[in-house]
Amino acid sequence: MTVSGHGDEHDPEFVVSTDLAPVDASPDLRTEVEPEDEGASGELSPSRLAWKRFLANRLAVAGLVILSALIILCVFLPVIMNLEPNAVDAAQFRKGPSDGRPLGSDSAGRDVFARLVYGGRVSLLVGLSAAFSATVIGMALGAAAGFFGGFVDGFISRVTDVVLSFPTVVIIIIVAAFAGPSLKVLILSIALFEWPTACRLVRGLTLSLREQESVVAARGLGGRSLHILRRHIVPATIAPLTVVATLLVAQAILLEAALSFLGLGVPPPTASWGNMLTESQSLTILESMPWLWIPPGAAIAVAVLAVNFVGDGLREMADPRQQR
Amino acid sequence: MLAFVARRLIISVLVLFGISILLFAMLRWMPGDPTEALLDPLSFTGDREAALADLRRRLGLDRSLVVQYFSWLREVMQGNLGYSYVDGRPVTEILGDRLGATVRLMSASVFIGLLVGVPLGIVAAIRKNSWLDYFSSAGSLLMISVPSFFTALVGIYVFGIKLGWLPTSGQNTPGETGLLDSLEHLILPASILGLSLAGPYMRYVRSSLLEVLSQDFLVTARSKGLTRLRVVGRHALANALIPLITVMAVQLPALFGGAVVIEQMFAWPGMGRMALDAVNARNYPIILGFVMFVSILVLLSNLAADVLYAIVDPRVRTGQEES
Repeated sequence: MTVSGHGDEHDPEFVVSTDLAPVDASPDLRTEVEPEDEGASGELSPSRLAWKRFLANRLAVAGLVILSALIILCVFLPVIMNLEPNAVDAAQFRKGPSDGRPLGSDSAGRDVFARLVYGGRVSLLVGLSAAFSATVIGMALGAAAGFFGGFVDGFISRVTDVVLSFPTVVIIIIVAAFAGPSLKVLILSIALFEWPTACRLVRGLTLSLREQESVVAARGLGGRSLHILRRHIVPATIAPLTVVATLLVAQAILLEAALSFLGLGVPPPTASWGNMLTESQSLTILESMPWLWIPPGAAIAVAVLAVNFVGDGLREMADPRQQR
Repeated sequence: MLAFVARRLIISVLVLFGISILLFAMLRWMPGDPTEALLDPLSFTGDREAALADLRRRLGLDRSLVVQYFSWLREVMQGNLGYSYVDGRPVTEILGDRLGATVRLMSASVFIGLLVGVPLGIVAAIRKNSWLDYFSSAGSLLMISVPSFFTALVGIYVFGIKLGWLPTSGQNTPGETGLLDSLEHLILPASILGLSLAGPYMRYVRSSLLEVLSQDFLVTARSKGLTRLRVVGRHALANALIPLITVMAVQLPALFGGAVVIEQMFAWPGMGRMALDAVNARNYPIILGFVMFVSILVLLSNLAADVLYAIVDPRVRTGQEES
């Protein structure tokens, strides 16, 4: 069992990331490479220890609980309740909260609560899938750069520099505006411009991993590059990568919200937390219809905060030195 | 040191080429024809197809991508970023017009970000695990997690509408040029953008100061009998704040991204709004000019951060640079 193995016990998608704090991987790499014997010796296995550290961080646990609750609500509420996010009803034009509609209705007379739930599905889906794709791209490129070195490394590293010096929001706005806003474009463009963090991390890890005895031995035994990458390098990067991936989820949710808010993300009539806020740029709505803009805004804030709490917890778990 | 700067400059130029090629290709491959937006199909009379073809030829859009790229590049070398498709003004002139407003907004934001983030980070690190630490750590996470456009909505609602303390649109009240009026207009957008910067600043200062505080030379300083204040003020802070230079440089692209949203919401006449308008109008030269400008700025500030870092921290100079 490795530190990363523990991720399977809850949802592996809840992985978030850190921003600027350098992730020093060397201490946990060791646990990754020779964990088997320690687990057998009756002491707590590294994954158990890591899990205990995570549980000791109350904020991280709270984040995990809130995030799970949000996902469960968004996924299952439509199953048990009769919610119609797109049913237009002129008689309900911008009506305030009432018994049947706890959060009132919007300018098309649609049920804000139903849209909040369905919008949550979309926003969380975009966040998770864009971050997952970005992580996979970053992992593949980073492992290739670190493992093969030379020209491959030079090329990938320069491309990373290029993407890192782009103002991401602006570039994604350009892509979204030209390709036409759609869910697919949104997820793809977030993934295509958010992978560099993951790439840099994995490249650094791979550089040190390929000098490890196990890798040298595997190569000496005639293992081919792809085999070594898959069996020896990639698995060892998963734990630190989890932290970065978590940050990317937070980032992706925020990006989706900002782009949809500007009208360049999730296209109407599909609800997302971001595009529910588009209308509130109007001062009338902002001033007198708080039920239209506070719930989606608060939902984004709570979701991102929860993801970031989990990310902090995962980072402390992966790197005990940073423990409070 | 000189060799280091030269090497970095060469890499930066290569990176710039990469950016321009990527961007150029991306803009041209995207569906959406800029000439379509120039000739309004509703009001145009006569042979619109012929007029479109003529316009494409005049703008050079009928030539191959490679030819277009090199002619654009030749112009750029001469300091000409092209002309706006909409009104024919030089892109450099348009960028110049908008630069002032954006610089004003961004520098005020960075100032506010530092003003809030650095003290919070220092306090959190010194009083580690106290309620002050928890409070400021949670606060910084909140500043990172709440999207700035939502903060802006709340800010406009509370300070603009409910309390009526601050104006929420533009740089000045029309017809007014007073300093006080400008400041009033600046406070809300700059604070909102600044708070989104303060979160990362605070976290970085805290973790960096904690790391420095645990180092041997500081333990020695304490055991020699220096007061806590003196140790932190004289020795630890200097070392802990150096990495902040890098953080600020790394955050520059994100700052531009944030400015796009904030400028849009506060009707701030800066480059972010210009970029958004240009995207909607498919005004390629302005988009290209804007992104190139931001990229050059980002690369230069990264370089400046590295050089500054090497000057303040001699250890960096000896180590081989790892990109």
